[in-house]
Amino acid sequence: MRVPLSWLREYVDLPAGATGRDVAERLVRAGLEVETVEQIGADLKGPLVVGEVLSIEELTGFKKPIRHCFVNVGAANGTGEPQEIVCGATNFAVGDKVVVVLPGAVLPGPFPIAARQTYGHTSAGMICSARELGMGDEHNGIIVLPPEYEPGTDAVELLQLVDEVLDIAVTPDRGYCLSMRGVAREAAAAYGLPLADPALLDVPPANSFGYLVKVNDPAGCDRFVARTVVGVDPNAKSPLWLQRRLQKSGIRPISLTVDITNYVMLEVGQPLHAYDKQRVNGPITVRRAEQGETLTTLDGVERKLAAEDLLICDNSGPIGLAGVMGGASTEILDPAAGPGTTEVIIEAAHFDPVAIARTAKRHKLPSEASKRFERGVDPEAARAAAQRAVDLLVLIAGGTDEAGVTDIAAPHPVRTITIAADLPDRVAGTAYGRETVTRRLQEVGCSVAGADVLEVTPPTWRPDLTDPYDLAEEVIRLEGYDNVPARMPNVPPGKGLTEGQRINRRIGVALAAAGYVEVNNYPFLGETAWDALGLEADDRRRRTVKLVNPLNDEEPALRTTLLPGLLGALRRNIGRGNTDLAIYETGTVFLPKDELSVAPRPAVDHRPSAEELAELDAALPDQPRRIAVALAGERLPSGWWGKGSEASWADAVEAARTVARAAGVELTVRQGQLAPWHPGRCAELVVAGTDRVVGHAGELHPRVVKALGLPARSAAMEIDVDLLTADGAERVSGPTVSGFPVATQDVALIVDTAVPAADVEAALRAGAGELLEALRLFDVFTGEQVGEGKKSLAYALRFRAVDRTLTADEATAAREAAVAEAVARTGAVLRGA
Amino acid sequence: MSAPNKSYDPVEVEALKPEVVEQARDEAIAAFAAAGTLDELKQAKVAHTGDRSPLSLANREIGALPPHAKAAAGKLIGQARGAVNQALAKRQAELEAERDARVLVEEAVDVTLPFDRAPRGARHPLTTMAERIEDTFVAMGYQVAEGPEVEAEWLNFDALNLGPDHPARSMQDTFFVQAPDGSADSGVVLRTQTSPVQARTMLDREPPIYVICPGRVYRTDELDATHTPVFRQVEGLAVDEGITFADLKGTIEVLVEKLIGDHLELRWRPSYFPFTEPSAEVDLQCFVCLGASVGNPDRPCRTCSSEGWIELGGCGVVNPRVLVACGVDPNRYSGFAFGLGLERILMNRHNVADMRDMVEGDVRFTLPFGMEI
Ligand SMILES: [Zn+2]
Repeated sequence: MRVPLSWLREYVDLPAGATGRDVAERLVRAGLEVETVEQIGADLKGPLVVGEVLSIEELTGFKKPIRHCFVNVGAANGTGEPQEIVCGATNFAVGDKVVVVLPGAVLPGPFPIAARQTYGHTSAGMICSARELGMGDEHNGIIVLPPEYEPGTDAVELLQLVDEVLDIAVTPDRGYCLSMRGVAREAAAAYGLPLADPALLDVPPANSFGYLVKVNDPAGCDRFVARTVVGVDPNAKSPLWLQRRLQKSGIRPISLTVDITNYVMLEVGQPLHAYDKQRVNGPITVRRAEQGETLTTLDGVERKLAAEDLLICDNSGPIGLAGVMGGASTEILDPAAGPGTTEVIIEAAHFDPVAIARTAKRHKLPSEASKRFERGVDPEAARAAAQRAVDLLVLIAGGTDEAGVTDIAAPHPVRTITIAADLPDRVAGTAYGRETVTRRLQEVGCSVAGADVLEVTPPTWRPDLTDPYDLAEEVIRLEGYDNVPARMPNVPPGKGLTEGQRINRRIGVALAAAGYVEVNNYPFLGETAWDALGLEADDRRRRTVKLVNPLNDEEPALRTTLLPGLLGALRRNIGRGNTDLAIYETGTVFLPKDELSVAPRPAVDHRPSAEELAELDAALPDQPRRIAVALAGERLPSGWWGKGSEASWADAVEAARTVARAAGVELTVRQGQLAPWHPGRCAELVVAGTDRVVGHAGELHPRVVKALGLPARSAAMEIDVDLLTADGAERVSGPTVSGFPVATQDVALIVDTAVPAADVEAALRAGAGELLEALRLFDVFTGEQVGEGKKSLAYALRFRAVDRTLTADEATAAREAAVAEAVARTGAVLRGA
Repeated sequence: MSAPNKSYDPVEVEALKPEVVEQARDEAIAAFAAAGTLDELKQAKVAHTGDRSPLSLANREIGALPPHAKAAAGKLIGQARGAVNQALAKRQAELEAERDARVLVEEAVDVTLPFDRAPRGARHPLTTMAERIEDTFVAMGYQVAEGPEVEAEWLNFDALNLGPDHPARSMQDTFFVQAPDGSADSGVVLRTQTSPVQARTMLDREPPIYVICPGRVYRTDELDATHTPVFRQVEGLAVDEGITFADLKGTIEVLVEKLIGDHLELRWRPSYFPFTEPSAEVDLQCFVCLGASVGNPDRPCRTCSSEGWIELGGCGVVNPRVLVACGVDPNRYSGFAFGLGLERILMNRHNVADMRDMVEGDVRFTLPFGMEI
């Protein structure tokens, strides 16, 4: 809602010195969201005056038509002589009244004006267009004023070129503030001043000879006022003041009748519709649409109506989408295109907000009218609004109002709210007292009766006030939030973070400490992401949750793995010249359930049943938490200290171990095979002691790397944190640290290349028994010495007893037992034996 | 070595004459002093204290002396050797100190060489910002609650007093999830706020409830400098006996003080949210211009668009209808709720000009934030 300050002052006698910003600040503190205060014409400087065109000489020989004019500007130029002006516009004639800017003036821009030589003549000023004056950009031609203004009259004042406009974002509960009347009421309350209510008009009572209207759906339309005006001059133009107010409010002037309906809507908040009476065929009926009906609306679009749409009809069928947009067949006619409209029916009705909202949404027609009806219009303002429109048509268009007054009103029960007088105190946590509460409620427009318990009748323009808390809010906001004290609640002792939350933090810290940088990616993706990862057609990860209205039609699905987003971030970074990368992401993925269902919508007047709550959850996809890393380039940089190392499958696997360690879970790594990983360099990650696969790590498949434009050997890991931590972390038992000497023994074992090192290590550990303190693989060797298809694994074993110094024989016996177990389990051969 | 000769008179043994012993002693001391390096000193040591040195040879003669002469000779030689050894040790220490000083100088390195061998990592500032806020509230006794991002419409809207036709539903541009039949009637959305976590918490446990709910939320905004379709919120909820708007004000003030400091003014203005009543928006004084840009075209402020205030978040007293839908008795309990946009806080607290930097995952943006914020 755009509110010109000059217009607002018509209803509230604001302090003379109050600027737009001052008023905005007061309104903001009362709860109106004033987004901007626009300074119109702030840089405008006169002289800017009315001129009368005395002569026009068309200059020829130029690329475009040029006029050499003399204009009477009265005494405004100091001499009284005609002003010589060269003008490039052609939409004016001798005798027309125009707006002339004289040398020395500054137009909005700022654009200073001076006399100059042009096209062989002197041009001492300009004849102005609306755009040049900052009145709007809809007209390219110059302004031709109504003939009644005297040459030399100050046009800054005449055209109200200097003003301030408050732009207010009206929240859905404040429909009444989509009008000058409503904003003025708030301003009056904020300044403690009286309000001149524009809806307080003398209106003749309803009678039986008004235009015939039948309301067949009183639930959809509980008020319908119709008035008729005849003898309207179809050529009458909207006066400047009216045009200017509409322009400043962001509405384009169209024709007098339409301008008047728009003006009254802005003033009172009641949307009006004007019909050409001679084009309406018989009585007006309000009803719901029937299947298959159509209506061509004012914008020329033929619309298929739905059975729920509320319609205005005549004998010919639908002539308007009630409260949303009128029909073309009864539109006010433009006199420029034939005989104009001379008889008008004014409709001021009240429609069901839900019906209007649905129709506007269904037909994608958010109009000024529907916006107001959706938020609630004052049903009692309909008569006054119709009267105001009739008055203006009579006054400006020379029409005659007919005596018939149609007013159909469904009976309205009086809404009374019972509220404890101290409820606002209890909600705010302060003491206002009953008198303040009563006074504030009255300022809002309520009538209030009672003492400790108040009987409050809200005003008709506040359909949002329905329960005691609504009223409490009004009192508290008008008293000012600044006046509510600040206090701390008495929070009982908390339990801190859950174990899972601590683990999530630890994992992030561990990865960051290991040199990974966290990124966050959008979860949106499309089929091409799966193709790039080389997923089979039946890969379960292709089964996704899909959006009805994705931002990008190419990415309608939600991720089932973090990898597409993460690898995208990897590529983005590389594209920006960040070549050595280790990044990680943590977040949820979205896995559709096997059984798909629709979520119910239980009632909200009580807690849903356990079954209903279970159904809600059953309709949601599984949303486990994942963590993933991606690597490319050098993992350890080369430098003056020597050579670094390239990121590899091993880094990705180590990242998984880092995550598992942070989570307090032991991980077993085994050979795996899964897209998008290299089939020979993919580790399957399993929780130790179980068969639970929690993720994969390794080098990416060369085809994937190519498809995604990543460097060769890029690596990645993804692990399901929920699965990883499903058993919880085991509490660490403090080890006994032995002070006895260590006995170190090395062994080298030759095994088939296919034997996993992890199996050899497990066998050595099992065979070595309790004396083994630590074991470390220090070399892997292949070559002629060990034979084709074989590899040599060299381990350092550290033995130690907790209670004595080991003898050489004991250590050797333990080593031999370890080797024996490895031989038995993996077919290993002791090297050099 | 000569055999003991009991008839020998000590005076007759040349080597044990005091003047000879003294001369040997002095020569040794002079040789040590003359040694310029440890090697020279080693040679001098062999020459003057070795087996074949004059004093060692003289010492051997003592054994052949008659018993009455042994003591005097022993003392003579002992004193001389003591002096020699002392001189040797002293010179040894001197030369070693010289050598050490020289070697340490030679071993000096350029300690300004960079040693960035271990790659640096960092956590995303939105993550650590959420943690900082969580920690502030956990310290007050709150708990951290989480919930699903793909959420039932009922929990995202209906339970929060946003019925199907509520005009406020169009305020939030919602991503709708396809139903099994491909239609929009799945009853499932991408949550537009973390408030459904509050609803879940109330459905889950009995008051008193003090929770903080961080998480990702979704709205159908295109990505630009100040909007992102996926962003982070932290919401808080308190439900207890006697909770008032005053408790909300106090809590928000403490949060702002911990997060930003107490040097900036707060502005509380009435607003509208279906799930709270009364509702408020909290604005923080612009930390850049401190309001000086307002109505002052010569001093425009990009940070606050010359408004003087920066929107911090929305809050209010929980609408009793929400309590009812979540099974909480509104006659016994009341509550407050608040929601903060983390991106905006990060922008303001850390001078981030463009929201796109937070979502594009450029490591150069994240690295300076380190492990905590
Ligand atoms: Zn600022």
